[in-house]
Amino acid sequence: MSEANVLFDAPGPRARRRNAILTAVSVAVLLGIAALVIWKLNEEEQFQGRLWSPFIEGDVWTNLILPGLWNTLRAALVGSVLALLFGAVFGLGRLSDHWWIRVPAGAVVEFFRAIPLLILIFLAFFVPPAVSPIIATGPLGTFQRMAVENFLFLFGVEINYGTVTVPAFAALVFGLTMYNGSVLAEVIRAGVLSVPRGQSEAAYAVGLRKNGVMRLILLPQAITAMMPAIVSQMVVLLKDTALGFVIAYQDLLHAGFKQVPPNFHNNLIQAAIVVAVIYIAINLALSRLATWLEQRSRRSTKSAARTLTAEGAPPAAGLGPV
Amino acid sequence: MDQLFDFSPVFDHHEKILEGFEATVRLAVVSAVLSLILGTILVAMRVSPTPVLRATGTFYVNVMRNTPLTLVLLLSSLCVSDTLGILVSDDPRTNYYWFGVFGLSAYTSTFVCEALRSGINTVPLGQAEAARSIGLTFTQSLRMIILPQAFRTVIAPLGSVLIAMIKNTTVVIVASYAEAAAFMKEMFDDYGASIPIFLGFALGFMVLTLPTGFFFGWLAKRMAVAR
Repeated sequence: MSEANVLFDAPGPRARRRNAILTAVSVAVLLGIAALVIWKLNEEEQFQGRLWSPFIEGDVWTNLILPGLWNTLRAALVGSVLALLFGAVFGLGRLSDHWWIRVPAGAVVEFFRAIPLLILIFLAFFVPPAVSPIIATGPLGTFQRMAVENFLFLFGVEINYGTVTVPAFAALVFGLTMYNGSVLAEVIRAGVLSVPRGQSEAAYAVGLRKNGVMRLILLPQAITAMMPAIVSQMVVLLKDTALGFVIAYQDLLHAGFKQVPPNFHNNLIQAAIVVAVIYIAINLALSRLATWLEQRSRRSTKSAARTLTAEGAPPAAGLGPV
Repeated sequence: MDQLFDFSPVFDHHEKILEGFEATVRLAVVSAVLSLILGTILVAMRVSPTPVLRATGTFYVNVMRNTPLTLVLLLSSLCVSDTLGILVSDDPRTNYYWFGVFGLSAYTSTFVCEALRSGINTVPLGQAEAARSIGLTFTQSLRMIILPQAFRTVIAPLGSVLIAMIKNTTVVIVASYAEAAAFMKEMFDDYGASIPIFLGFALGFMVLTLPTGFFFGWLAKRMAVAR
């Protein structure tokens, strides 16, 4: 370690000897663990070539894994766009001067941040088919039909004689939007608040109105500051798409882990490793992007705001701004 | 319209909801303890003077943090337990409970590790240098100067990690252990999917997460290091 470290001084001769012993011991322990894992895998005959062979066949990739990957990316893409919209509306809503906008926006954001994504997905997947026939006979029946026929059909939602069916894709996107949207709302709020107060005071002083202050002064600086946090939330969102597995959404995890193994000697472990490597590669690339954006934003003199770190999410619900 | 907000399934079967949350709490408490221990070991590896340990710690954290939890839990239950035949208990429910806990802790510990590490990084270098210059040994400066400051700054981030972990217990549904989310699905199947049932479970999660958040927020403010 060349840079100065809060924990250690530059090692002297005794410390260097101690470190050498520590290194030897830890290498031995780590090799022992690795040997144990390999021995166990070998004992269960997990190293046979036929278990890995499906992943070097072009068919498996073009018919299963790549379509699955596309479904994962599609859900992540639609989910992040909608989550950003949701976050922008509710994050700025929470900053409103009017209590009747601020309080409901805050309640919505805190509610969706406090509950797990999976039960939101269940809500969107299981509840509409059961509840929509009742709504269809009530005063909101026409509204329900119009909502599905004019907007929700974009996500594959269907209505048949008053019964609304939600495909796994739409349910997943709903959950991702609500949950990550409310996290992003907090990121956006923190981003706007991180612009020094002098900026908005100066803007008001030159005669801008609330709208102009937000649009011309605060948001442009806030966006630079919060880009890293937004991108790292995308990593979280991308990982969360794997929850679609639970409602049988045909994503990468489903394709690689549910469809490949039964056809190829039940190679669960090999499939899990291949799928994990794909997820890790995509997420590492996104994280790199977040770190790069963070460094760029820290260097930038265009924004007076303090950069929100790529370490990501704002404090959880109830913790409040720290 | 009254049918939509008929809360009777929630009231009639509240013991079922409570049973689900009992399982959630059991998962959360044990995983919290395990991931704190594992996370501390990991952070010790990541800040150690030994390059081998640092590299291993970094590798583990990067791999786990970038794998979806769903996959981690499938790996721990289906691959490690079923395929490799490693069993903690002969009773399947107990067995899957433990593999759920293992998967959850393996995943959460990386976030604990990163929170602790950023805590150590917030201690200004001058503090350590001052400690050495008045003659404190390594252990003394660690015990009296660095760790007390590092610990206080990580309370809030650790709280966030813990709350995320409580919400993540729902994913254990893929590891064949029934907790609140699985009970919600079961109630959807048995009594018809309805908004009140969802609200009942949502309320249950809010009862778990919000007070935890308030507590950690309060603690973090109380223990804050004035700089």
